[in-house]
Amino acid sequence: MTAAEIVEKLSANFYQKVGEWHEMKASPYMTRMGSYMDVTDASFIRDICLFLRDEPDLVFNNLMLLSSLDNGDKTFSVVYHLESMTLKHIFALKVTVPEANPIVPSVVSVWNHANWQEREAWDMMGIQFQGHPDLRRILLDEDYPGFPLRKDFKTPEFFRGMKVPY
Amino acid sequence: MGLLDKLDKPFDSGNILITGVDTLFNWARLSSLWQMGFGLACCAIEMMAASASHYDMMRFGVIPRPSPRQSDIMIISGTVTLKMASRIKILFEQMPDPKYIISMGSCSNCGGPYWEHGYHVLKGVDRVIPVDVYVPGCPPRPEALLEGLMKLQEKVRAQSLARV
Repeated sequence: MTAAEIVEKLSANFYQKVGEWHEMKASPYMTRMGSYMDVTDASFIRDICLFLRDEPDLVFNNLMLLSSLDNGDKTFSVVYHLESMTLKHIFALKVTVPEANPIVPSVVSVWNHANWQEREAWDMMGIQFQGHPDLRRILLDEDYPGFPLRKDFKTPEFFRGMKVPY
Repeated sequence: MGLLDKLDKPFDSGNILITGVDTLFNWARLSSLWQMGFGLACCAIEMMAASASHYDMMRFGVIPRPSPRQSDIMIISGTVTLKMASRIKILFEQMPDPKYIISMGSCSNCGGPYWEHGYHVLKGVDRVIPVDVYVPGCPPRPEALLEGLMKLQEKVRAQSLARV
């Protein structure tokens, strides 16, 4: 299925919940290019993902990557890179949430392998995934101050009595 | 062939060696520096290469041990993250005296490439535990690690029981 068909299908089924389609041109450096689509209503991300997984001609059965980014304008984005291992097509979703209230529904119930990826996004960017079964830090210490990949993060002077800056 | 004859000429029949306590203890210590078997990052690959047959660290008496209770040296081979630093300190405290530390590679010497933006990296393992020998390199070749080990052996050779 081409990206345009996927976009059409999503727009028809989730009217006004999905936004603009950003088409990406293939480059010689990337053998597989996907397109991504904005999800305007963050609370619908789980439903959209479930739809993408279960629809017979979509079958996105693999969440290749869940990444998060700090846009620098007091918003965070979460990007879902999806792949269908049976139908051999890829697509991406992007949902943006405000920094003051960074809550995104968890998709662990859709793809079980989202578990650790969401924990990493929580660890590094502080995005709260609602409905996650075990939302703990995955890499840093439990009592580490702040979320280090945020743009406004300041390295602490001391951590557990150890000096951190050079 | 009585006992009194032997007392008159105690060194004729061999098997007796006159030495100093310091020399004997230091020789024993530097010839069996058992190493704590753990690695932290890419330096650990070089440390394993130094342990393997080509460089054969075992000819210096370095045997990797699975427990800190049986180890004499700890080779900090790699990036010391803040999370690992507290564990390293516990492991160091669990090692019996006398114990020695070789800091291997730029990361554990001074933070290495993470010196500026490493929010999670301890800038030098000597902020947590005392280091005897620093081995520079990123990562150091096995020869460099062996050189560091021989430097440590020199240091042990110069020790005295009265001072340690």
